[in-house]
Amino acid sequence: MSEEKSFSAQGMAVRTATILFIFVIIFTASLSAAYLWTKPAIEASAAQEKMKLVDEVLSRSEYDNALLDDTLTLPATTALGLDEPSTLYRARRAGQPFAIIFEAVAPDGYSGKVRLLIALRTDGSIAGIRVTQHKETPGLGDYIEPKKDKNKKTPWISQFQNLSYASIADKEWKVKKDGGHFEYYAGATVSPRAVVKAIHKAVRWANEQGDALYAPTGAAK
Amino acid sequence: MITREEFKTIAGNGIWKQNTSIAQILGLCPLLAVTTNAVNGIMLSLATIIVMAMSNFAIASLRNLIPHEIRIPVFILIVAALVTVVDLLFNANLHELYLVLGIFIPLIVTNCIVLARVEAFAAKNPPIQSTFDGIFMGVGMLWTLALLGGMRELLGNGTLFGGIDMVFPDLHAIHLLPESYPGFLLALLPPGAFILLGCMIAWKNWMDARMAQRARQKPPEPLATAGCH
Repeated sequence: MSEEKSFSAQGMAVRTATILFIFVIIFTASLSAAYLWTKPAIEASAAQEKMKLVDEVLSRSEYDNALLDDTLTLPATTALGLDEPSTLYRARRAGQPFAIIFEAVAPDGYSGKVRLLIALRTDGSIAGIRVTQHKETPGLGDYIEPKKDKNKKTPWISQFQNLSYASIADKEWKVKKDGGHFEYYAGATVSPRAVVKAIHKAVRWANEQGDALYAPTGAAK
Repeated sequence: MITREEFKTIAGNGIWKQNTSIAQILGLCPLLAVTTNAVNGIMLSLATIIVMAMSNFAIASLRNLIPHEIRIPVFILIVAALVTVVDLLFNANLHELYLVLGIFIPLIVTNCIVLARVEAFAAKNPPIQSTFDGIFMGVGMLWTLALLGGMRELLGNGTLFGGIDMVFPDLHAIHLLPESYPGFLLALLPPGAFILLGCMIAWKNWMDARMAQRARQKPPEPLATAGCH
């Protein structure tokens, strides 16, 4: 502690500032060291996190490229409900386009947006869909997320598997209650209705885009 | 070095007498938000223990170099740097848990427990004692948060140690209640944490009162039996 009370105000200020500055330098340096040391591991776990989600919608045995590195940046697309740019991943098999994985948002969930991850093969069939983020009522509308679905064997979301835009007529892209094709659980129709609508719009959009989504570079329209 | 007596006092203070959560009632924000299960509570406490031990050690070692006038900025700087290191380590090695604990790891910086111990203990005591003080304050927080998290989890979900697979991938939650247990949402929401914390504080006060009463009643006895040993 400072016992030298005889310091002038200026001398005090300079001395205090210097000490504080030295501390700042030392601890900033140790922070940089920790950052550089943990950086590879953090990047690896972020990639792993993404792959885990991707694995849920598209089986790894179906494609053979490094899908996280083969991306396309989608601009904000109204057909997908996206109000900010999003990344689309492209799976290929033996260099040939095989499937795309992209995000879509259902804006009209029971309480806010429902975010979806959709994997769509080149033949138009859906490889898998997962709800990645939602605020639907626990115990009611949250069955759109397979983890919360009481039917563990064939969760609600799995009925979309292998369907394609062409296989269902436009007016059939609705829940059964509204005269459409899709199942829903009694008591909560708003959430599935929103999800079906968003998927319908998304597959129609992908159908219109066609091969442009596999183009080597450049953004889709 | 540290004497046995000192060690006992520090440990007793941290674990029971000045327990951060049920005696000092500090750091309620992470306590309420994180203890929805025992694993989250334990892991946040472990992070806090690491930060408190390191910051107490660092500050006690540097205490003679830190001018009194600027001690608070320096303390915060040191604590913030250590928290950032712990944050990076969690992100790198326990990524899933890192996502669950989220903002509460960075918020250790502003957890009043850390600054309180640094200011009240580490700034006045040698490094070894200070390090133990940090560790035992953290241990006190650990058992309280683990107990609170465990109770909330058991009442809310009927499980114990849910989410353990985020730390040890091979382990799974223990289902103590039958699968058909409907769950009790209140226990998992912040009000449930307040209610249970209140019960724990009452329990601690009751224990303390009982011990004090015994201590008051006892004195004649040891005198009488002293010769028997």
